[in-house]
Amino acid sequence: MIEVSKLHKSFGHQQVLRGVSLTIQEGESVVIIGGSGCGKSVLLRHIIGLVQPDEGDVKIDGQSIADLSERELIKVRRKFGMLFQSAALFDSLNVEENVGFLLDREQTMSPSEIRATVADALELVDLGGTQAKKPAELSGGMKKRVGLARAIVYKPQIILYDEPTTGLDPVVADSIDQLVIRMRDQLKCTSIVVTHDTRSMRRVGNRVMMLHQGEIHANGTPDDIFNSTDPVVHKFVNGIADPKDLEF
Amino acid sequence: MGRSADNPLKDAFASLGNVAVLFLDTIRSIFAKRFRFRDLIEQLHFIGVKSQSVVLLTGAFTGMVMCAQFYIQFHKVKMDSAVMSVVTVAMARELGAVLTSLMIAGRVGAAMAAQLGTMKVTEQIDALRTLATSPVDYLVAPRLLAMLISLPLLTAEAIAISMVSGMLVAVYLLGLDPVFLWSNMLFYTGSVDIWMGLIKAFIFACIIATIACHKGMHCGQGAEGVGKATTEAVVAASISILVSNFFVTLVLNNLLIYQE
Repeated sequence: MIEVSKLHKSFGHQQVLRGVSLTIQEGESVVIIGGSGCGKSVLLRHIIGLVQPDEGDVKIDGQSIADLSERELIKVRRKFGMLFQSAALFDSLNVEENVGFLLDREQTMSPSEIRATVADALELVDLGGTQAKKPAELSGGMKKRVGLARAIVYKPQIILYDEPTTGLDPVVADSIDQLVIRMRDQLKCTSIVVTHDTRSMRRVGNRVMMLHQGEIHANGTPDDIFNSTDPVVHKFVNGIADPKDLEF
Repeated sequence: MGRSADNPLKDAFASLGNVAVLFLDTIRSIFAKRFRFRDLIEQLHFIGVKSQSVVLLTGAFTGMVMCAQFYIQFHKVKMDSAVMSVVTVAMARELGAVLTSLMIAGRVGAAMAAQLGTMKVTEQIDALRTLATSPVDYLVAPRLLAMLISLPLLTAEAIAISMVSGMLVAVYLLGLDPVFLWSNMLFYTGSVDIWMGLIKAFIFACIIATIACHKGMHCGQGAEGVGKATTEAVVAASISILVSNFFVTLVLNNLLIYQE
């Protein structure tokens, strides 16, 4: 279970999170939506301990991670897999080395077992046979899928997706959504997807939270959010710009 | 952010503290053998093998120019045959370590800062951390250890090549007697002089690798951030080498020279 309580974070004079509290149960698939720059990715980074909060706490399975040292966090992070917005593949390593990175580091499997596990993970994301390619040789969609394979290969309990479909064409975005759903259903893990793609939100989430002005503004099922009469939520899910934003 | 910019002294001390913490964490990682041997070999190749031309040229031409300059002064007092002993002692105690370290700070320090900086801005360092891997273990430890092994060896190489090149200039260009030059050189150059240079190189290796990795891992956003981190790494490492050299010299003189 993930518990975030009264999380505050500022960067310089910019206050990004203003007391965010949320609870995510094991096995849930939660989508966090919100406008650009509202702090969705910052919240995600707090959950995995990449950013330390100014105030508040994050608990993973009852263990507080806000005050843990970098070395202590390593053990907690083993429970997580994360797909980055840019995929963040290691450009000096090929696809096989990227996907098998953690397995190779942990040295609990033989090289042949690692190769077989990596091949299975790549098959799962429909990228079998790309083991020898370098990240520079892959398209944006392929990079995301390799990033996803790297995040799931060691079967984490929680998978975090940071803008998984941003910058992809609709067909590739759809394939990424399908993969997220497949991971959710096959691995039975907890998923947290940060996105501003409303189509994606409807498909992959059991529950949707909307972050607005540094706080959780709305929390409900995808249908609740789509049918919401709240003006902020309504404008966001229907893509309606505020007239004053259009003034030049 | 604004507050930190208003207190440059506080900022400088904070930065120094962070470098020290990174260094200690890296030393712990090295002793705990948390790095991969393959990464160490790659870094040894990058620092040691690929710096050969830079180090050989630096050592050779410094030895040659020092020989040519010292000869002018020594010739006035009829001490021509002492030229090579002065060149050798100067190279062994001071210039071999300092010049080699400055060249390596420029070539390798810049590359380390740029590489780690690029990894930072493309979220690869964050990706490492999400994969339950400490960037210190995976990135910094093999670089520091490779630098600690390579730099003293490169320094020894620079000293040796400067002796050879100096001898060639003294004998074939200035027409000095090689037997007197050689015997004076051996007489006045002790193992303590070589040790002094090698100990300095070891200390400068710590400075270059730690500063370069720290600057890279804490660089700002985008290409501008990487460029700034690279420049700062080379400048900070070079200045630290020159400043620390004075204090290290005082300490080593007390420990090695005055005790003889």
